[in-house]
Amino acid sequence: MLAAAVSADASDNPWFSWNYLQTNGDDLLIAAREHVEITFVSILLALLVAVPLVLLVRRWPRSQVPVLAFSGVLYTIPSLALIAGLWPVFGLTPWTVIVALAMYALLVILRNILVGLDSINEELIDAARGLGYTSRQTLWRVRLPIAIPTIMAGIRIATVSTVGLVTVGALVGHGGFGSVIFNGFVNNFYHAQILAGTVCVVVLALLLEGLLVLVERMLTPWVRVAK
Amino acid sequence: MTDNSIIAWFTDSENWSGSSGVPARLVEHLAICAWAMGMALVIAIPLGIWLGHINRFGILVTSIANLGRAIPTFALLIVLASWDAIGVSDLAAIIALAVFAVPPILTNAFIGVRDVDRDCTDSARGMGMRPAEVLRLVELPLAVPVMAAGIRTSTVQVVATATLAAFVGGGGLGRLVVDGFGRQDYALMLAGVILVAALCIVVELLMAWVQRTLTPAGLRIQPQVAA
Repeated sequence: MLAAAVSADASDNPWFSWNYLQTNGDDLLIAAREHVEITFVSILLALLVAVPLVLLVRRWPRSQVPVLAFSGVLYTIPSLALIAGLWPVFGLTPWTVIVALAMYALLVILRNILVGLDSINEELIDAARGLGYTSRQTLWRVRLPIAIPTIMAGIRIATVSTVGLVTVGALVGHGGFGSVIFNGFVNNFYHAQILAGTVCVVVLALLLEGLLVLVERMLTPWVRVAK
Repeated sequence: MTDNSIIAWFTDSENWSGSSGVPARLVEHLAICAWAMGMALVIAIPLGIWLGHINRFGILVTSIANLGRAIPTFALLIVLASWDAIGVSDLAAIIALAVFAVPPILTNAFIGVRDVDRDCTDSARGMGMRPAEVLRLVELPLAVPVMAAGIRTSTVQVVATATLAAFVGGGGLGRLVVDGFGRQDYALMLAGVILVAALCIVVELLMAWVQRTLTPAGLRIQPQVAA
């Protein structure tokens, strides 16, 4: 029955095949692991770079324009070009993809942290000052909690776009599901493999998006109470 | 490989003529982008304006935007290129890029028209304008800045992402990067990286200028935070 359905495909190259999933399930799991690891480390790296830059900008507000302009330029360069440009530095390792995607994610994360910390009702700052908070206490206990939704939105958007861009890492053989898709393409347009990889990326992006929405809710319980 | 090789590449007249020279690749790149943006504009602008005008199906617009962001262009490109009806060509790249360009244009056209001040449209109606006139003379001019912002975002992203066309046998500046990588020709690849990055930065600056020019002084909006 199934075999009949499969061979009914004119080119005998179906877009969906149980056989493919059964024999290549392990490869998909390995790809999933690489995809998640590259995404996670990229975002972590972008955050690690963003935090000192945020402190710099808050200390010397004049540095905001050059810092944002620089990360804007990085954001403008296509991911394929970043990956190719870093290949001579890191070789055919996942780090080529990780560093390129961290550079790419930096702008969204940095901008959302800065905007989040700034978009605060001045009366709250006055109230904190009136309670005797120092400016450091105000930053950690007032500005930061209020900025969490904006910061988390930045992380969420950066994560979802990074999940998509990891696929381009197929250029250097570390694209997670992107490598699955690309290998299927090179292997005589193996439809079942190409579509399986594609569906997996989309599902992963949606899963991480949902997960980060939940994390954001957990971090800001007062938002729900207020509603 | 020496540091001079990249300078030698740029000064070699061979690389500036013929069907694989820089000018020819640049024209291919821009042609792919122009077709993709043309298709996206024809679909997204009228649809966004109409949905914004009747102020309905907001959820549909948001869903299209979210789904569009979750589908990696790389994956879509390979699915289209391996599909018999389209095949390995610039067409696959054009369709994938058009799909990629629709969400920002659609969302901004929708929001731009929907969020026009009620008082303005009410006054227009009070002056006896018919719905079509309200749309043409009030809603559209006021929505231009937001629509222009969406078109700018899409254009910059499309020009950057068009480099991926080379993965599926398409033309454009991405060819230099992918061919350079494939032949382990470092100078060729790096030249591609530099040219692609430069093109993207030029287009970004150009579109920023276009957006500013299209926006009346009284309506200039602040840079928006991603959310």
